[in-house]
Formats: sequence, C-alpha cells, structure tokens
Amino acid sequence: MAEFIHLKIKRQNGPNESPRWEEFKVPYKPNMNVVSVLMEIRKNPVNAQGQKTTPVTWDCSCLEEVCGACTMIINGNVRQACSALIDKMPSQVITLEPLSKFPVIRDLKVDRSVLFEHLKKVKAWINIDGTFDLGPGPRVPEKERRWMYEISRCMTCGCCYEACPNFNARSSFIGPAPLAQVLRFNNHPTGAMDKEARLETIMGDGGITDCGNAQNCIEACPKKIPLTTAIAKLNRDTTLYSIGRWFNR
Amino acid sequence: MSKNKIIVVGGGLAGLMAVIKAAEAGVEVEAFSLVPFKRSHSLCAQGGINAALNTKGENDSIQQHFEDTIVGGDFLANQTPVKGLVEAAPGLIYAFDRMGVMFNRTPEGLIDLRLFGGVKNRRTAFAGATTGQQLLYALDEQVRKWIAKGKVKEYIGWEFLSAVVDDEGICRGIVAQDLNSMEIRAFRADAVILATGGAGMIYGKSTNSVICTGSAAGAVYRQGVPFANGEFVQFHPTAMPGDDKLRLMSEASRGEGGRIWTYKDGKPWYFLEEWYPAYGNLVPRDIASRAIYKVCVEMGLGIDGKNQVYLDLTHKDPEFLEVRLGGILEIYRNFYGEDPVKVPMKIFPAPHYFMGGIYVDWNHMTPIPGLFAAGECDYMYHGANRLGANSLLSAAYSGYICGPNAVKYIKGLQKSAEDISQKVFDRELNRQAGIFEAIYRMDGTENPYTIHEELGETMITHVGVVRYDKNLKLADEKIQELMERYKRINVNDTGRWANDVVPFVNQLWNMLELARVITLGALNRNESRGSHYKPEYPDRNDEEWLKTTKAYWTESGPRFEYEDVDISLLKPRARKYD
Ligand code: SF4
Ligand code: SF4
Ligand code: FES
Repeated sequence: MAEFIHLKIKRQNGPNESPRWEEFKVPYKPNMNVVSVLMEIRKNPVNAQGQKTTPVTWDCSCLEEVCGACTMIINGNVRQACSALIDKMPSQVITLEPLSKFPVIRDLKVDRSVLFEHLKKVKAWINIDGTFDLGPGPRVPEKERRWMYEISRCMTCGCCYEACPNFNARSSFIGPAPLAQVLRFNNHPTGAMDKEARLETIMGDGGITDCGNAQNCIEACPKKIPLTTAIAKLNRDTTLYSIGRWFNR
Repeated sequence: MSKNKIIVVGGGLAGLMAVIKAAEAGVEVEAFSLVPFKRSHSLCAQGGINAALNTKGENDSIQQHFEDTIVGGDFLANQTPVKGLVEAAPGLIYAFDRMGVMFNRTPEGLIDLRLFGGVKNRRTAFAGATTGQQLLYALDEQVRKWIAKGKVKEYIGWEFLSAVVDDEGICRGIVAQDLNSMEIRAFRADAVILATGGAGMIYGKSTNSVICTGSAAGAVYRQGVPFANGEFVQFHPTAMPGDDKLRLMSEASRGEGGRIWTYKDGKPWYFLEEWYPAYGNLVPRDIASRAIYKVCVEMGLGIDGKNQVYLDLTHKDPEFLEVRLGGILEIYRNFYGEDPVKVPMKIFPAPHYFMGGIYVDWNHMTPIPGLFAAGECDYMYHGANRLGANSLLSAAYSGYICGPNAVKYIKGLQKSAEDISQKVFDRELNRQAGIFEAIYRMDGTENPYTIHEELGETMITHVGVVRYDKNLKLADEKIQELMERYKRINVNDTGRWANDVVPFVNQLWNMLELARVITLGALNRNESRGSHYKPEYPDRNDEEWLKTTKAYWTESGPRFEYEDVDISLLKPRARKYD
C-alpha cells in the first residue's frame, strides 16, 4: 500500500461561488475510511502542494452508516463516506464531490431539506389521535412487518435521488424514497385509513407518473430498499384508485 | 401577554417526545437541532426498549423492572422517579406501537420480547437491531405532522450556545447559532427544554455520534447549573475496536444467545459464564466490561495479544440472526469485512453512555426556573450503571413528562418572555458574540482537533474502566495543560459561512470543563460503585458515598457538593450476579 492517500476534492466556498479542485496527500494508516481521512486533513490543513488551506467542510454524524449525513460522490459513485473504506478503494486517486442534485452549502456539504419536504407532502406518518395510553396498536403479521421494516430503514440519505435520471434541482418529482414510504404507511392497519389521501398526493404533478422506471434508484440505495418493487406496486394502487374514483363520480 | 412558547433543544428521542407532548398541550414549540431530527444519535441505539409487558408467561412485573433498574444502578438512582419510569413503560411502548413502529412480532402478531443484560425475564421490545432508529423515525414522523399543521417550527442546523437568564434568575430563552450563516441570535421562550444527549466525544472515540459533544450541558454548567454524577460513565462491553469510532455491537447479541470468550491454555474460555454462573453472558455492562478488561489487560489473554475478545454468534441459525440482529451484522460486515454469522466478532469495551448529567428536580427542571433537561443529558434514572434497553425508555419517558411539566410551569408564570426587556436578550447575545469574535481571532500554533484527540486519549487511559487516584491526578493535570494550550489555538479558517472549526473550538472548551468534572468527581469518590471502579477502594461504601455528586462551576475548577439519594422504596443491599 502507498504511503499516502491521494485525494482530489471538489471545493466551493459557498452556494454562489464557483467550484475548484484541491488535492491532498494524507499519510496512510490501515483501516481508514473517507471520513477519517477528512478528519486527518483538519488536523493539518495543508494541500498536496504544501500550501496552507482551510479544513474541508462536510457532513457526518454516526460514522456507522445509519444517519445518512455523510453522503457524497466518491470516485464517481454516490455513497456514504464513513463506510467508504480506503483499503477497498481500487483507484490511486480518490475523488470527492458534493451531491450534484442538491444546492451546495460549502465544499462537500449540501442542502437536502427538500427530501424532508417531500416526506411531508406524502403524509409519511400514522395519524394517531395522541400519545396518551390507549393500549396496544393493531396486531401485525410478522411476515408483513418484515418488508415494512425494510422500507422503514430508509435514512433519507438521498442516494436514490442522486441516481434517478428524472430528479434534479429544478424538477418537482418527489423522488423514489417517499414513494416507498407511501406504500409502507398505506399497508399498516392504521395507516391504511389515510390511504386515499396519501395516494392523492402522488397522483398529480411530480408524482408517481414522473418515474420513468429507470431502476437506477434501487442500485444506489445503500440499505437495499426495494424501491422499484414498491413503485410498481404503488402504480397499481394508484391506477385502481383512479378507476374507483372515476366510478364513484 | 402571551404565555405559551417552549423551546426544545435537541431532536433525538427525548427532545422529539417533549415537542409532541408540548404541541399536544396546545403550546407553540420551536425545535432546535444540530442535524435533521432523523440523523440524531438516538438512532444508534440498537437492542431495544424495556417494559414489563409480561407477555411471555414469565411473571414479569413493574416491581421486578424497578428492582432490576435500581440494583443495576447500584442504588445510586433516586427511587421515586425510577418508579414513575417503569410504571409508564408499557403505555409508552403501546404509544410507539400505535405510531407504527415495526417491532418484531410473535406468531400472533403481538410485540415480541427478548432477553437483555442484568435481568432474568424477557422484557425488551425491539425492531430488528435498529430499535433506536425505528423509535426516532416514528417520532420524527409525528413531529413532521405537527410541523405540517404549523404548530411546531423547526430550526435545523442551529447550535444552542447558552440560556438567556433574566435579573430574577429565570430562564427566558436561548442564544443559538446557525451553523451555515454563523449568525448568532437570541430567541424568547417561556420555558426551555434541553435534550442534548450524551458527551461521548469527551473520550475522543466512543460509540457515540460525533455530534455528542456535551457542549450544551457544559454551557449551562458554566451558567451555574450543577452537573450531577459526572464520574459515572458507562463502558459498553461489546464494541468493535476502530481508529475513528468504536462501533456498538448490541447487547441484544448476547440476549439472543451470543457468548463471550477468549483462549486460555489453547482452549476457548467462557469467562463470564464461569465467573457469573447465574447471569452468564448477561451480567450488567459494568461487570462485563471489567471482566473483559481484566482478561485482556491484567491477564494478557486478549485475542492475538490485543485488547479484544470474541463475541460469538456462530452457533445460531443464520435466518434467526438476520431477522433479530440484522442491523449490527450489517455494520460489522461493512466495517470489518467479516461475517459474524460465520466468524466470531472481535470486541472490547468502549465509552458509551453518561449516567450523569444536568442536575434536575423530579419534574426535570434545573435550579434555573424555566430551564429543563431530559434524556441522556440529565442524570435521573440510571444511578451508577444503566441497564441495557433502559436508555430508549428513559429518553422517551423523560421527554414525555418534561413536555407537560414545562407547560404546567409556564401556566404559573407571572410574566411572559415577551414582557422581558430586550436588554436581557441583548446582554446574553453580546456575551456569546464576544466569545465567538475572540475565537475567530485565534491565530496561535495549536490545532483544536489535536487538542481534542489528546483529551480523548487522556480520558480513555486514565478515567476509564479501572481508575487509580494517581492516574486521575495525572489526567486532571493534563486537562489543565490542554486548557492552557487551548488559548494558543489557530482556527485555520476565518470564513463567515459554514465554518466548522469555530463552533468546534467553542464546543471543545465545554468538553474540557466537563472532563474536569468527570475526572475530579472520580478522584473524590473513594469507593467502587457501578461503572466507577477503583481497585484502591474495591467496595461500595453506602455510609459515605450513597450520594449524588453535584459539581458547580467556578473560575478555578469544579466545586463539589453531595446530596442524599432517595432510597424510600428499596433498601440498599449487596449487588450480586454470580
Ligand atoms: S425507477 Fe423511477 S424513481 Fe427509480 S431511478 Fe428510475 S425514474 Fe427514478
Ligand atoms: S431509499 Fe435508500 S437511497 Fe433512498 S434515501 Fe432511503 S436509504 Fe437513501
Ligand atoms: S456519518 Fe452517518 S452515515 Fe456516514
């Protein structure tokens, strides 16, 4: 293994500044990941040319790939930086870029608040009356629970959005992750009571019909959430619902 | 006069629960969080949440849950609040259930329960091995509903800097900083709830997320709120050793049958099972951590001569493991590249949880009226050692009662925050702005991240699982040296936009202050109790030390006071697991 880890980082001082590339050489240690390499840089913020520079700004929190904060583009692929192990990187030079479909705040830190706005739009919650003690919730078959649990592990990281050809900073498409959430909430015994309201939210502009079935999202999801199966299922649900709605007019 | 605004700081389980309860009571809520709520540290809790649901035919009871918690905490927890906690537990689980939490189910579709450490009955509800995540997400969803209704306003990416305290000593709001624009602003509120979590970052590497600096707790400690039981830091026995983080491998792995061993005389040695036949691998965390420490450090029997032993699941059915422990298997595979289903995991104790924290009364109010604390940042429920799966419970419960308590408090107020002179807010705002301007100007030779690294190394070597007076003194000297060097920091970045270094430098001082509280609290406490173990004083000493530690900030370091513990419900007895 080389003595140094060679990094090329796309940096940008603020939302309206132009990006530039800066290179770094960080002494190699075994078992590093992209976050721990960035942490080394801030202990000695000097670039590969030996010039003093500012530490790189990026997001991270859990360091175990559950919070989704540290998502960025590493060697051209969207993924979490904390679980990007250096010892497993094939290339000589590691390139780091911010997500391209969200506004850059600074360097590798981007503004993903739109992801949470979309969860709001599709009413991704169970509408309980209150947190007081009303006894247990409905019984749930373990078989059903398993796939709903898979979907409920979505960490809103944005990988699927980055990969989706039909989502960009200007499109109104609500994106793959919230669609899967709609399916999960619509299948919960209590959540099903608001099924129609949720379906309505994804039937208009920017809704499920904006998905071109390109299947990129599922490839990109680090949690292997069955996004395309969920979208296909939901497509049937919306079709049935609109037929029903037409009949009941 | 409008008297109805509450600020909640922290978007983890305790904070979000407080937000929901306050919103349900019809109060206007502003919720501040460093990160989007969904990324808060509660999501790293894995194994489950305790409640005596007694659905396994084992005669489990609230009383048994109470006794296990008190004994597990080595009698240092106040008993009346713990009673409240365990009584509310079943109702809380059911509320989460109604929110749609994907708890694992029995064949009948009921909430399944599993075994955890320090107990003999199955009492832990769980959602795979990502229970904290699932509970946090459920509350995040509920809060989003309140936000959509316009009843809750969120401030994401803001850091709490200090409480605004008026001339009568009453809390009237907070000063916070936007971590993108770097703007520092004062916010008015009739009550403030801090739910800012633990402080694992004081130990450098721990099982905690990097946002768990304890800075908010340190800030109010410096404003006169006592920090209680700082010396009680839980080391989780089973974490993956690592260079950047010590990743938790849930206690659930032992609850589901995982065994701890190392080689002795060429043969596997199940030392916990040998030393503690009654509880075996499921002894409480302080005991398991000390045993592993002893085997590795004192007996030199770690695997490959390193500080690590095996946590072995390989005898279990792979599908069973996937359904019940999938989340941790995934972490181990991702970060270590081996499959725990086939090869035993290598683990070692790691700093994990602060039993101590902000001093509050039983309503969760600090000695500053109007300032409350809930969740890991308070000190209330775990005494000298926390039982596994009681932390999600105490986080949710303390938020659950703290919200309504704060509402009740503001109903009794004479004056609303709106009636308080602007001068009070400007004064605190200017004080904080001054501190930050001084940080921007720091152009010395020291790097703040290096100072932090040295702090972590000091704490983990000298204020860890086993504590000696000589080493504790060394640690305190080292912390003071770091405080001197702090003054010569170079910030390396004077930018006024999304500057990460400047807020970190501010947090670092709060970490250094709390590090002294932990270290000197440990030095003073001449006994061994729960997680605090001093070989020079190997026994618990109820006569002198059945007391809550209260550290008060002074210019020259913490001043300590001690307070009696409420033992009104269960008489202290010897703590035995063998
Ligand atoms: S399947 Fe739909 S949502 Fe997924 S990437 Fe393709 S267009 Fe996007
Ligand atoms: S579906 Fe997968 S890729 Fe998309 S936000 Fe959720 S976890 Fe990330
Ligand atoms: S830091 Fe949480 S996913 Fe990487």
